Amino acid sequence: MANPIEQFEIRPLVPMEVAGVNVSFTNSSLLMVAAVVLITVFLTVGMRHRSLVPGRWQSMAEMSYEFVANMLRDNVGSEGRKYFPFIFTLFMFVLFGNLLGMIPFSFTFTSHTIVTFALAAFVFIMVTIIGFARHGTHYLRMFFPHGAPLVTAVILVPIELISYLSRPFSLAVRLSANMTVGHIMLKVVAGFVPIGILGILPLGFLAGITILEFGIALLQAYVFTILSCIYLNDAINMH
Amino acid sequence: MPQFDPTFFAPQLVWLAITFTLLYLLMSTVALPRIGEVLEERQRKIQDNLDKALALKTEAEAAIASYEKALAESRAKAQEMLRETQDRLSKQAEQRQKEVSARLAEQIQAGEVRIQAVKEQAMASVRDVALEIAEATAQRLTGQAPARASLDAAVAGAMKE
Repeated sequence: MANPIEQFEIRPLVPMEVAGVNVSFTNSSLLMVAAVVLITVFLTVGMRHRSLVPGRWQSMAEMSYEFVANMLRDNVGSEGRKYFPFIFTLFMFVLFGNLLGMIPFSFTFTSHTIVTFALAAFVFIMVTIIGFARHGTHYLRMFFPHGAPLVTAVILVPIELISYLSRPFSLAVRLSANMTVGHIMLKVVAGFVPIGILGILPLGFLAGITILEFGIALLQAYVFTILSCIYLNDAINMH
Repeated sequence: MPQFDPTFFAPQLVWLAITFTLLYLLMSTVALPRIGEVLEERQRKIQDNLDKALALKTEAEAAIASYEKALAESRAKAQEMLRETQDRLSKQAEQRQKEVSARLAEQIQAGEVRIQAVKEQAMASVRDVALEIAEATAQRLTGQAPARASLDAAVAGAMKE
């Protein structure tokens, strides 16, 4: 049986080093580039006719646009409009990272916590900067809810502070853990298939969880994006 | 687990930064404006058509209103004309009736006068005839002509009865 962890291994395809830093083009990099190319092709080639009445492909491109636009409008409001390209990029990048990982023998770059943490940390830092830029020191009010008795600050402020600071970690780990666990499960179940005629049972199960994994790939991209929207809303409108 | 092997943290982060930035630039400058344009164009077209439909609707309603107004006006006019004609006709008929009855009354009067004259004449000729008959009868019976004066008296006496 193949090692279920093997699929997460990073293999340098083109070893490179710049100023002492390892910048090798790896299988992870290949999938990231593939995601960028596919997303761009999906959106630009799909829209090449600019039809008033869209075909299937154009409908899908428009749907992804409107899906993210609605998410941003519902969670942040009109003020979030200028962050739309960023949120859209985030959603599509994570979504395609998750979905491309579902191709057999490919690689899931969103299963690596360092990647998701980099994305989450970027969102976190951006949101914090926006919060302080818009509200100044008043943004610190985030850590002490309105109307609470002053004495409770001793407990509330540390709790709010920890919950705020743990955002990038929970955001990053939620995505990478989901991807990792899903792929390990697929691999483990697949390992039971070549046991003879009874292998039909794990095969059926495998088919079922493959569908489930596609659902999770979509859902986790959505969760990652909507949480970013919610954090953005906190920074722009405060609560 | 390979996830916790820091050897490949650097290349992953570098390539993430490169690809994500590239994707962001592609999305914000090429893909999203194009989709946004198409969606806006569609929204504009739909709004345009709705506006046009609304304009046509109000136009149609105005046309119906003016048509109904014209209809009501002409109906009122027709009524008016009918009433006028009726008035005129009944006045004319009355006039004619008056004239006819006046003429008839005149004719009746003239007739009466003539009848009276004829009657008087007839009466007068009855007296003459009576006188002649009496004279002839008396001559046949007596063989001589009777005196004129006694005849007159006898006839006048008989006619008085």
